[in-house]
Amino acid sequence: MVLKPGVVTLKYPFEPMPAPATFRGSPTWDHHKCVGCGACSNHCSARCILVRDVCQELRVMLYDGSRCTYCGRCAEICPEDAITITTEFELATEDTNDVTERMELFMLTCQRCGRCYDMENSNVIERLDLRGYRYDSLETRALIRTTTDQLDQNMLKKTENYQRPTKKG
Amino acid sequence: MTMFKNLAKKAFPKALWVYHCNTGACNGCDIEILNILTPYYDVERFGIKLVASPRHADAMLISGAVTRPTLPLVKKAYDAIPDPKLVFGVGSCATGGGCWFDTYNVTGGAHKAIKVDYYIPGCPPRPEAILFGVALALGIVDKKAAPVEMKQMEFPIDMYESNKQWEERNVIYQLLDN
Repeated sequence: MVLKPGVVTLKYPFEPMPAPATFRGSPTWDHHKCVGCGACSNHCSARCILVRDVCQELRVMLYDGSRCTYCGRCAEICPEDAITITTEFELATEDTNDVTERMELFMLTCQRCGRCYDMENSNVIERLDLRGYRYDSLETRALIRTTTDQLDQNMLKKTENYQRPTKKG
Repeated sequence: MTMFKNLAKKAFPKALWVYHCNTGACNGCDIEILNILTPYYDVERFGIKLVASPRHADAMLISGAVTRPTLPLVKKAYDAIPDPKLVFGVGSCATGGGCWFDTYNVTGGAHKAIKVDYYIPGCPPRPEAILFGVALALGIVDKKAAPVEMKQMEFPIDMYESNKQWEERNVIYQLLDN
């Protein structure tokens, strides 16, 4: 027997209903703290954080929230705690550009060589970087090859000894 | 978009019947969609109701990145909905493809298959977020999301400009015009 019936239904769209503090909503950058290391980009599971080097002194970080899975990995990995996971969840839009973020970082350069870092090309990806390969580049998913102006006969001769894949069976 | 809102207000004044279309989702979004039908969230106070057939529906809720086998079926279901129709992409997968945006067997987002009117990002979106998206389409609430742009420094930099002047002043050899 119900003596005092109550109403359980939320009055949500007419009254604000904040999410609990532990909820993982949209991430935001703090551009005062960010050093532009790109760790968030490397660890993003949906690869929605992209790094673009416009020039030697300017690095642009792009966040595409349309495919973000809100895992919070970027905030966890950030060495400077520049990314905070907010509890913002009211992200519904008619245009996916509304959930994007763009941050321009000013990278300090060496006074002597004019570059950001000492380019010790320690691994293969870094060596490919110099040739135009971007690990996170979605537009150019492959190495941009630099070609010679004319056909180099010596280079062609070298390819004669290359092992070709053979068809089996 | 305002014209579209007016049309939506005229076309859907009382009840919006929704067809839920799972296009290869992980069932996270589907559970949240079922969750908003419960008495706690209760979308039926807006007249929203899930229907089994797209022919009965006014709106379509798509969850999941559209996989290659479901692509023709999604297009078929979209064509079966009578005009005017609304399409909601629910979840990150329907919005932009999620983690599978560039996988070989996934089209990468509902917008690649059909025209999506409203996106509800989230993985999965909270039931309140889906309610917010529906309320946005009905014109009850205003849109909150906006693109964010941050800059550490504004160009041109004054320091650089002054240095440039200083360098130009101290030219030792200057090429003279004849």
